[in-house]
Amino acid sequence: MSDLTKLTLSGALDGMAKGDFTSAELTQAHIKACKDAVKLNAFVTDTHELAMDMAKASDMRRQKAKSSGQSVGKLEGAPLGIKDLFCTEGVKTTAGSKILGEFTPPYESSVSANMKADGMVMLGKLNLDEFAMGSSNETSAFGPVINPWRKGQDLVPGGSSGGSASAVAADLCLGATATDTGGSIRQPASFTGTVGIKPTYGRCSRWGTVAFASSLDQAGPIAKTVKDSAILLESMSGYDPKDSTSINAPVPDWASACGASIKGLRIGIPKEYTIDGMPAEIEKLWQQGIEWLKAAGAEIVDVSLPHTKYALPAYYVVAPAEASSNLARYDGMRYGLRVEGADLADTYERTRTEGFGAEVRRRIMIGTYVLSAGYYDAYYLRAQKVRTRIAEDFKAAWEKCDALLTPTCPSAPFAVGRKVNDPITMYLNDIFTVTANLAGLPGISIPAALDADGLPLGLQIIGRAMDEETVFKAASALEDAAGFTAKPEKWW
Amino acid sequence: MFIAPRVADAKDWIKGETGDWEIILGLEVHAQVASKSKLFSGAATEYGAAPNTQVSLVDAGMPGMLPVVNEFCLEQAVKTGLGLNAQINLFSRFDRKNYFYVDLPQGYQISQFEFPIVGEGEIEITPIDANGKTGDPVIVGIERLHLEQDAGKSVHDLSPTETYVDLNRSGVCLMEIVSKPDMRSPDEASAYVERLRTIVRALGTCDGDMEKGNLRADVNVSVRRPGGELGTRCEIKNVNSMRFIRQAINYEARRQIDILEAGGEIDQETRLFDSDKGETRTMRSKEDAHDYRYFPDPDLLPIKLEQSFVDGIKANMPEMPGARKARFMAQYSLSEYDARLLSGDSETAAFYETLATGRDAKIAANWMLGDFFGALNKSEKDLSSSPVSADALGGLIDRISDDTISGKIAKDVFEKMFDGQGTADEIIDRDGLKQVTDMGAIEAMVDKVIVDNPDQAAKVKDNPKLIGFFVGQVMKASGGKANPGAVNQILRKKLE
Repeated sequence: MSDLTKLTLSGALDGMAKGDFTSAELTQAHIKACKDAVKLNAFVTDTHELAMDMAKASDMRRQKAKSSGQSVGKLEGAPLGIKDLFCTEGVKTTAGSKILGEFTPPYESSVSANMKADGMVMLGKLNLDEFAMGSSNETSAFGPVINPWRKGQDLVPGGSSGGSASAVAADLCLGATATDTGGSIRQPASFTGTVGIKPTYGRCSRWGTVAFASSLDQAGPIAKTVKDSAILLESMSGYDPKDSTSINAPVPDWASACGASIKGLRIGIPKEYTIDGMPAEIEKLWQQGIEWLKAAGAEIVDVSLPHTKYALPAYYVVAPAEASSNLARYDGMRYGLRVEGADLADTYERTRTEGFGAEVRRRIMIGTYVLSAGYYDAYYLRAQKVRTRIAEDFKAAWEKCDALLTPTCPSAPFAVGRKVNDPITMYLNDIFTVTANLAGLPGISIPAALDADGLPLGLQIIGRAMDEETVFKAASALEDAAGFTAKPEKWW
Repeated sequence: MFIAPRVADAKDWIKGETGDWEIILGLEVHAQVASKSKLFSGAATEYGAAPNTQVSLVDAGMPGMLPVVNEFCLEQAVKTGLGLNAQINLFSRFDRKNYFYVDLPQGYQISQFEFPIVGEGEIEITPIDANGKTGDPVIVGIERLHLEQDAGKSVHDLSPTETYVDLNRSGVCLMEIVSKPDMRSPDEASAYVERLRTIVRALGTCDGDMEKGNLRADVNVSVRRPGGELGTRCEIKNVNSMRFIRQAINYEARRQIDILEAGGEIDQETRLFDSDKGETRTMRSKEDAHDYRYFPDPDLLPIKLEQSFVDGIKANMPEMPGARKARFMAQYSLSEYDARLLSGDSETAAFYETLATGRDAKIAANWMLGDFFGALNKSEKDLSSSPVSADALGGLIDRISDDTISGKIAKDVFEKMFDGQGTADEIIDRDGLKQVTDMGAIEAMVDKVIVDNPDQAAKVKDNPKLIGFFVGQVMKASGGKANPGAVNQILRKKLE
């Protein structure tokens, strides 16, 4: 039998459907790969025994379905990883933080519950930046995740979904859940040569996912191919009355959109998506992307998103503001870490000082500051106004085009430790991705090329709200044209 | 700057060493919405359950939990707003009020800050003083009504070193009703709370039970020279009964006056009322005031109500006391005073309407406000525990109207009815109280009285007032049972 971990999700689902191999075999292969990849530190918690039980149960379901002529779940038997921001019933959930201690939720997040209902096999909980705050997966309380792509030294996989991206890139799982508040799906996908899509805000329920910044947080998958990402997103999405911001709309058959013609599709090129010091290779790749889409029959139009330059500062006001409030519940009183102090205030201070890492503390302080009396108008309110302008920019652009093509990130993956003490430089990673979060739009990153150092670079497609279909179509066309088949050489 | 134009009646002024003072009062009343489940979760709200048995994952602030607004609570807020004659805001929003405390699991309270669901309104109140004397009606402005979650309960007295937390109340829906600073005396503040209580109970939006804390007030107190510039206010938190409201205001006003008269200044602060000692004391000063960092709750969408939703509620509103008073005046030709007393709460109003239907409305009103309420007060009972029902009282009035008994006899009958001796008819029969209407029998009694009092009889022609003496004598002779009209008629015929 060839190496089952090299399969795509779609290929593996086909293989199981045809009876070429069982979920148990597939899962076993992936468990072995995970065990061999401890150096990547992609997982916080392994659930290998549970995975084997789930796989065997899946095989039985498949057999039963076969004999009764019924269909099986969308993810039946597929071994996947779950970012450790999604609460999983009976399985420790950390959010990459010490403050949650041994917290084991008595409930399952809506997203992972949907996937379980579709037959998923969960291999474990994936490492991430603490509370999803970071762009390099170096803020995790469980140590940095290492990118399987390597250049002389250890590189970061991006963040915050660094564990998800590394695990998929290193073939430790067929796909993974991730979350994206400012680029946390797309940037790590770009850094690891994987596909990552953040859908329209409200597509995936936020219920049971540890909150970072509620108005920006959105779940999505990281996968090996555009089609795999469509299959995963179909399972993860869906209306949830338990989340007031969930969108009550049917989930389309996105997998079928992959490979569809983009003839006549108008692709906008926003002139503001370039920054000083951006490598020429990325500029070149963007041009290449334009040529690919043009060759596939798309019409290229120049558009302007004039408020783009205010997006990052606005994001770094809104996201910390919401986070400062969302993280107030981690107070050591009901669950998680508690460090006893002399009195209540002292207990709060000790618990939160010990429980939270530096980046999380920094953002809580920024957020608390921008919401404070006398600063609210100047920061939070103004940032919200910028947000409205950014949404209006996109609205105007949709008059002229159906989707946008941009680079995903202004750089290739960088060395572990290089930016971790320089938050401003770190924050610049999100410059091309935050706009989609601020406006609630779907965005996808597709691996498009390797740079001169042999490291992956991604391109991003941004679409209209609720129009993931066009995003998948365009991404799929890019994927075909790019023919990106490179894989990191196994060193771990 | 708001203005407080109304000056209190001089009788409500407080005498100080240096002259008179006037109290300015504004109230924030927290009324718990009578809903089965909480504002943002499905957990039950029943009172008195064992600690921490009515707590959902949302109420406990578990990771990843999200609030979903309980539409029933929105409806109750709108209903209450309409009952306060207030503006209903079709757009409103929930905000987070951030602060740390053990009984606040999320680390923030979801409330409405910038855009409350109900805006300005007004209600009429009737202050009643300590002697039960009713004053002139006063209009009190409503600033706003907004919805918010209650916090849990910290229990400090179970252990000398630990604090226990009961989250049953965490997330329960409260309506915070903020008045304008329109009250000028403890009587007015207490009448205001009483009226709010009447309104929410009539609407069924809150049970108004102050003992269970389902209705509680924060009182803002300041003093000024009558009609003068406003003073600095202090907020007294969580005053939980009518009696405490009066006590707290009296204490606090006196405290402020003493400070001012000694040349001091009032610090704007939040104070606590100690009901054991009957005094207020500092809870936190302005410097220690929290910065609550309000911002729109990103987990919830703004509330956008359709006008038709509001109209639907309006169409099904029970009659409010103000409207009912106007109707009573028109329909039953009652004085403003009587109408106000009888229309105040729905129970009294319903009792009266049962009594007045098919009877003389004025007599019904007099009986209810007179002997009936008098008896209730004396026996410390209320309508719900009254031994005499509206129908029973009506039966008594009917016997007056058809001349079976006189009004005077009726008072005795009523006392016996109240004493549980039976219906009016049973008592009249049993005690033989039926009026004597036999003209012959009355005439005989009249003749006997005239014969017994020849001197008086001779003087009647010159002094017609003396006829009253004869009426009295005849009534006495009949044991009160003679029909007074007939006695009068026959006496006049014989003596004039």
